[in-house]
Amino acid sequence: MKSSWTRLLFVASSSALFAGCATTGPASPADPFEPWNRAMYQVHEVVDGNIVRPAVQAYVDYTPPPVRQTISNFFGNIDDLFTAITAMMAGKADMAGNSLGRVIVNTMWGVGGLIDVASSGDIPKANFDFGLAFGTWGIPQGPYLFVPLLGPTTVRDGSGWVVRFYAGPIGYIPDVPARNVLYGLGAVDSRAQALSAESIVDQAALDRYTFIRRAYLQRRQYLLYEGKVPPEKEEE
Amino acid sequence: MKATSRIGLAVLAAAFALSAHAQEAPDALVKRVSQEVVQIIKNDPKVQAGDQGRIREVIESKLVPHFDAERMTALAMGRNWRQATPEQQKQLVDQFRTLLIRTYSGALNQYRDQQIDHKPLRADPNATDVLVRTEVIRQGQPPVQIDYGMEKKDGGWKAYDVIVGGVSLVTNYRDEFNEQIRAGGIDGLIKTLAAKNGGAAK
Repeated sequence: MKSSWTRLLFVASSSALFAGCATTGPASPADPFEPWNRAMYQVHEVVDGNIVRPAVQAYVDYTPPPVRQTISNFFGNIDDLFTAITAMMAGKADMAGNSLGRVIVNTMWGVGGLIDVASSGDIPKANFDFGLAFGTWGIPQGPYLFVPLLGPTTVRDGSGWVVRFYAGPIGYIPDVPARNVLYGLGAVDSRAQALSAESIVDQAALDRYTFIRRAYLQRRQYLLYEGKVPPEKEEE
Repeated sequence: MKATSRIGLAVLAAAFALSAHAQEAPDALVKRVSQEVVQIIKNDPKVQAGDQGRIREVIESKLVPHFDAERMTALAMGRNWRQATPEQQKQLVDQFRTLLIRTYSGALNQYRDQQIDHKPLRADPNATDVLVRTEVIRQGQPPVQIDYGMEKKDGGWKAYDVIVGGVSLVTNYRDEFNEQIRAGGIDGLIKTLAAKNGGAAK
């Protein structure tokens, strides 16, 4: 995982270098490094398609659903804490309060976050993170990036990932094997959640790279504006 | 399956919300059609078994007549639409409709039982273009909003866009269509769509 982050930084910096080399004009203004990103996407497809995806699919096929749910809840509880923090950074008091409430309820009554009792108690889970908090401060997305193994992001959202990664808490676990197991499980869990959406992309997309890029950017806009994105003009 | 329904159904269902009754409000239509399709899915052994042919048949008979494939195609084409000849437009609509059906068939097969909340319609009663909002409740994960852009036509309300978690299906195809057209013209796009659809029944 750590090496993935080093790679992210590497990609971010090398993308800047490669920008000067692009000869054809970018098709999408949001993606000035498209040739580089496409190359990274190819790398991702090879590694993910041949190793990660089959392994994660096996995890989904052979792990009983209650066990997977428990693992998801554990990591989801940590995410809720960061949702609360980042929502606070963005001045979203309701979202911050609800998310903090979820963390307290689930940690105290849900065996340290293993059971999501808050959802049953009608405190809905929210979507927020550092990248979105930066967005509410007026920081633009910056160029789109595709990072092997980690997927689509942008300079802003990727910076959010870096902050989130160093904020912990898993990185602060002193026992190295335990920490690595948690990193591994967390990575498998988040990859598994993308599987079903992905098979729909396979069905739908003419060009997966373009499809994923547009979907990612649309999704982030939507989350940033909490669903109140000004509708796009029909004919551009 | 309790009071839960299938997310794929909701996607489908509302996607093409119907209209046997032109007077029916668009949100009521979405709800009725999704419930009809949910019933079929729950009770049809072939659908339960994941029979793609049967799933497609359900979609084609129940949903496709109620969505505006031509408008969806035109929206996805953007300014390229007017540059297409009527014959090209017809082929594009045919191919795009098939692609959407295949995508929904896959979605239907994918998603597990989920509860769908239908949200109250916030629109002027005289509006002819509305957004019908639904939400899929998922255990331990944030809910997914599924919204349907719908327009009032002579035959009743028809869906022209499905927006899943803020991702508009139509808008999402615009970049792809543009890219294909830049590379191989409108005929190139038609060829790509046909290849993507492969041997699928039209």
